[in-house]
Amino acid sequence: MTLTDPAAPAAPAPAPARPWALLAELTHACPLHCGYCSNPLELTRRSHELTAEQWTDVMGQAGEFGVVHTHLSGGEPLLRRDLERIVAAAEAAGVYTQLVTSGVGLDGKRLSALTAAGLRSVQLSVQHADPRASDRIAGRRSFGEKERAAALVRAAGLPLGLNVVLHHENLDAVDAVVELGLSWSVDRIELANAQFYGWGLLNRAALLATRDQLARARDAVERWRERLTPDGPELVWVVPDYFDGVAKPCMGGWGAISLTVAPDGTVLPCPAAASLPDLDPPNIRDRSLAWIWDHSPAFSRYRGTDWMADPCRTCSRREEDHGGCRCQAYALTGDAARTDPACRLSPDHGLVRALAEDSADERPAVRQRAPGRPEKARRLP
Amino acid sequence: MTATSVTDWRPVPAPAVLLRHDHTRDRDLLLLPERVVVLQGGAGTVVGLCDGVRSVRDIVDELAERFPGAPVAADVPPFLERLRHKGWLR
Ligand code: SF4
Repeated sequence: MTLTDPAAPAAPAPAPARPWALLAELTHACPLHCGYCSNPLELTRRSHELTAEQWTDVMGQAGEFGVVHTHLSGGEPLLRRDLERIVAAAEAAGVYTQLVTSGVGLDGKRLSALTAAGLRSVQLSVQHADPRASDRIAGRRSFGEKERAAALVRAAGLPLGLNVVLHHENLDAVDAVVELGLSWSVDRIELANAQFYGWGLLNRAALLATRDQLARARDAVERWRERLTPDGPELVWVVPDYFDGVAKPCMGGWGAISLTVAPDGTVLPCPAAASLPDLDPPNIRDRSLAWIWDHSPAFSRYRGTDWMADPCRTCSRREEDHGGCRCQAYALTGDAARTDPACRLSPDHGLVRALAEDSADERPAVRQRAPGRPEKARRLP
Repeated sequence: MTATSVTDWRPVPAPAVLLRHDHTRDRDLLLLPERVVVLQGGAGTVVGLCDGVRSVRDIVDELAERFPGAPVAADVPPFLERLRHKGWLR
């Protein structure tokens, strides 16, 4: 290392690499009430949402800045009557669109309008392969509409992915879920082990799998991988990080490849980062996307490796997993700058292990997602 | 394998796949529902010729004319075959 004159102006830091992807959370409103939802407990009210004009501007800025892909998500994005305009704005900005939906409210007319606006692909959630169980987890009769939505998307020729969040109540149904995906002719089946943020964190004790359950589900996935032909659906297993002892490379790194715009215009490095109390995230109403990405303190905060403490600081995996998830570190230790406790090298790993090993027979009921404070949230029937 | 010889095949991107030039990074990309593929070298030019009208033979001839001396006859057909195998070309 060479000593530099402290009075000399520092060379300007190189601008961070540009983002590839934008998660556009168009609304927190949703007809379903899934207890694993990662939306914050304090849901943004409809009156505080960005307008279609503002989203048009967001898409324009994003395309200009290098974003090539957007997930139009929520809540349920179909609840925005102006969704078609937002899709058209993304398409005009050269951004590839994927609708992330529960399927509720997707009829033929709506789908044609969205396709005409330039919608490229659809990811459909289902809560279970069994209609009654799916409706129960969703807190509303919805399986029939999902089935219809899948058929419509297929008929329109759009690529279709099926996303199933896995937890204690449906992990034993992995075979049936894959069969459902096959019968709906989907291109991709995402078996996403529940992550614990927002409502999902509130419901962790109810949702958390047991080790046996996970082992069985993993075996089932392996068997399907051997059986599925190359033109069959792609099978994606999103790892349960509480159980693997390995930190996930959350978001591909903080402010590294993707950004989230929340319903009220808050711009975040990841959707869960709204939970960090002292982040002070910027808002797209006040600042440009370029400034937010390149210069905002919130996006620089945990970018790269300089912020790391031991054990991450000197770990050979730090460039690959980026020290795991900041929001999880905060949720479990109260300090977002600590190593993600999911990592077995973390001094706090005992916290996660205790949760994972404690396969409780007595589980609390899932508190279903609903607007207002969670104390008032509806309980499972 | 299908009965059609590879040179008669008229490749075209699968409906989910979009070839796009990224002006910010000056790269050709394939955009898919869950991924972005950054095409290296002249790969974008090759995929750009896959319009469902030109056969592989036409594409090779056209590239050979545009890039004299480049090993297009040897490289392009297996490259297209690899993209077909991934489901990105049909
Ligand atoms: S110590 Fe940090 S960098 Fe190393 S594996 Fe664990 S989370 Fe990743």
